[in-house]
Formats: sequence, structure tokens, C-alpha cells
Amino acid sequence: MHVIVEGDRERMARFAADAPTRGGFSFDLCQRNEMLLKKGTQLPTFRKTGTTIVGLVFEDGVILGADTRATEGPIVADKNCEKIHYMAPNIYCCGAGTAADTEAVTDMVSSQLQLHRYATGRESRVVTALTLLKSHLFSYQGHVSAALVLGGVDITGPHLHTVYPHGSTDTLPFATMGSGSLAAMAVFESKFREGLTRDEGIKLVSEAICSGIFNDLGSGSNVDVCVITRGQTEYLRNHQLPNPRTYVSSRGYNFLKGHTEVLSTKITPLKSKVEAPAEVDAMEE
Amino acid sequence: MDIDLSAPHSMGTTIIGVTYNGGVVLGADSRTSTGMYVANRASDKITQLTDNVYICRSGSAADSQVISDYVRYFLHQHTIQLGQPATVKVAANLVRLLSYQNKNMLQMGVIVGGWDKYEGGQIYSVPLGGTILKQPFAIGGSGSTYLYGFFDQAWKEGMSKDEAEVCKMLIFVPDICSVNMFWQKILFLCYHTITSQIMSYVLSRWQLL
Repeated sequence: MHVIVEGDRERMARFAADAPTRGGFSFDLCQRNEMLLKKGTQLPTFRKTGTTIVGLVFEDGVILGADTRATEGPIVADKNCEKIHYMAPNIYCCGAGTAADTEAVTDMVSSQLQLHRYATGRESRVVTALTLLKSHLFSYQGHVSAALVLGGVDITGPHLHTVYPHGSTDTLPFATMGSGSLAAMAVFESKFREGLTRDEGIKLVSEAICSGIFNDLGSGSNVDVCVITRGQTEYLRNHQLPNPRTYVSSRGYNFLKGHTEVLSTKITPLKSKVEAPAEVDAMEE
Repeated sequence: MDIDLSAPHSMGTTIIGVTYNGGVVLGADSRTSTGMYVANRASDKITQLTDNVYICRSGSAADSQVISDYVRYFLHQHTIQLGQPATVKVAANLVRLLSYQNKNMLQMGVIVGGWDKYEGGQIYSVPLGGTILKQPFAIGGSGSTYLYGFFDQAWKEGMSKDEAEVCKMLIFVPDICSVNMFWQKILFLCYHTITSQIMSYVLSRWQLL
């Protein structure tokens, strides 16, 4: 007699067929998460950038600057990450806060801007990016933790804006955000003036970022600078490297076979088990 | 004293709106704070809704900016449909409707001021919760507590423009939240009563040490 036994795959398929498709957040795993927390496991933290990001308006356009350290609590997760994100050929955006949020929100708005460019046939404007960002962040009521310095040059001139996680924006001639913003703002407040030249502007931005790098624990590593002018954008990745790795082993870091003692060996071959069904209907056009 | 940079961006503010013979005078300080840190020392809290109506914002920066944007949009449509400039009452009521219907989620107190040909210069106060109050003068924001006494004593009906300029001095009154302000923006909406045209609007910046 042929006994039909329901296997895992069949049971899951049955449930999937019965459950109606629901939108919104699925709370199915919340009970299990709570149980895990009670047991004592720690949920992974999200990576915050602990950052210094700055922007200033100079005579020909806008200069943005950022440090390159990404932190996960007290640990440096990335020593050389990119915090100046591309939005449009003439618009760039520095991001502080949760790394995933800044990355995702700038990518999303960058794509929206591109579609808008195709629809209008015109170069993107900074206020367009600003409105898209602020309406997205406001609708998430501050839960998307992205604090941004948005700068660019469009047909109406150079623009520099700050965007806060709750969705408010400010328009300023110079701006700083992130954990190192106080250190960087101190430099700007003492040395900024209107009508800086390109070299003076880059020097001031680098000084402000360095101030954040050295005085704020959440910022560090290198200085990235982005200079945007009418018709041209220069992304100076690692413009300054004030934290070189000074103590490097002269013997090198090659570990040849035989250097490490092998205690035991166990080899498990991976069996490829693909069972194709015997009779298959040919695909019909 | 730890600076909480993740506190929602709010404005420790002083905003004032005063009617006088011929129009309204609006004034505001320019400090936006995040906890104890001054996030922006040159912010513009007087926002334009239409050619003849402006709004002074206080409370959560994000909430008041978004509501102003929505009201500007609705007023623009309304102006097109109406075929003439919107009245201050309509503008204030649009602000009030959004503020009242979303009172659970919003935290903002505003003063709507402007001029129209039917009622002349008007000031409407829309505080937390979404009440609407037409007043001859209004004060708002956390710094306004220090001005109740002053206005009680100094304000009177039917002031001339120069007397209403006393409003300028009011913003110099020190208060905990807007002490040591660097910029204040005083906006004068002057409407020539004979021609009913906008003759001028003067924005002046006053530097305080």
C-alpha cells in the first residue's frame, strides 16, 4: 500500500497556498526574537557612521568634505568608507547617521532624480533632491536615521542644504553634521568668509574634517573632498591621509604552509545531489 | 552637560505678529536648536505662503516646514481657482485644519499674518493643538513668556507703522532660548491703502553681540 507521508516541503507549500498575501510588516518572528533576547543573545547593532561631514559655498560653487571611518559601537567597521554619495552629475550628498539609511536614501533619490531627468530633459536641480529627501524622511518620522549635507550647482546657482532625520532642512553658506560637527563648525566659524577661492575652500574643508578626525572619536582615517562647479565635478577620494599605518612588520605577513601546527584533519566532500524529474514537458512557445 | 545631537531638531523661538494702521509687522529670531546645540544660527522662521500672507514658525522644525509647504501648495491652487489673491483667513484656516486634524503627530505653534483687501492687516495665532485665534497682536514660541508683561503694558490699538516698529525692540528682549542672537529678521508687510498694491516689503537684519 502506498502511504503518503507529508514532508516538510509539502507542509510549507500547503501553508503558503492557504495564507493570503498580506502587505506591511510581518510580525511573525517577533515572538522568537523576544525569546532569544530573554535567553541572553544580543541582537546585532546597526552600523552608525559616527562622522564628520561638512559643506561650504565658495565663489564658483560648492565643496563637500567627509571623513572615512564607519563605526559599530566602539569598533571601527570600515577604515576607508565613502560617505560622499552621488546623487546627480552636479549634485552630491554627504551622509551621517546609520550607514544603511544614508546609503539607501541617497541611492533611492539618485534613481528618482535620474528618472526625473529623463522625463523633463533637463539637468537636476538641488531643490528637487532636497524636496524628495525631506518628504521621504518626514514620512518616516525620524526612524530613517539619515542626517545629510546636500550640495550642488544647477542652473539657478550653487546650493548647500542640511537635511535632518525628522525631515527639516536648512539652507546655509557653510554646514557641518555628524558627531564631529562641533569640532568642524568651530573651524568654519573662525575661518569661513564669503567668496573663497577653490584652493582656499579645499584647504578650509580639509582643516574642518581633520579637526573632526582628531578631536572626535567617532570620526577618523582619511579626508574625502568633492568640488562641484558649473559644468564640472571633481571627486577627490582620500584627498588627505593624515592617519597612515606607521608600524608594519618588516618580515611581512605571509604565513607559509608548515608554519602552523595541524592538530587534526577531517575532510567532508560536498555531494551535489540534484535529482531531475524523469519526464519533463518540453517548454512550448 | 551632554549635547544630545540626536534630539529632534526644534526651534527655541520667539515669534511676534502685530497689526497696525495699514498692515502687519512680523518678527522672529533666527536660532534653531537640537537639544543644547545651536544647529543653525541663521534660520528663516518667517516663511512666505503667498504674496500677501506669511507665517512665523515655532516648535518642531520639520513639522512646521512640511505644513507650510502643504499650505503654500493648497493656497496656490486656491488662488488659481478663486482668480484673486487668497485671504489671510483662508490661509490661517488651512494651517489650522492641518494642525488640528493631525494634532497627535504634530508639534508646532505658528502665527499667520498678512493683508487682504477685505479685512486689511490680520494676525491669526495657531498654537499647539490647532486652535485658531484672530488677534490684534500675537506672540509665540518659548521666548514669548518673557513678552506677555511687556505687551500688556505697551501695546495699544491703532498704532502707526513707527509705533509698530517697537516690535523690533521686543526681539532684543533677552530670554533663555534666544539670548545672544546674531540675526533677527523683521518683516514688514506694508500695503498702501489707496492703491491696495504691495508698495514694499523690507527685510532688515540686525546684528546683536
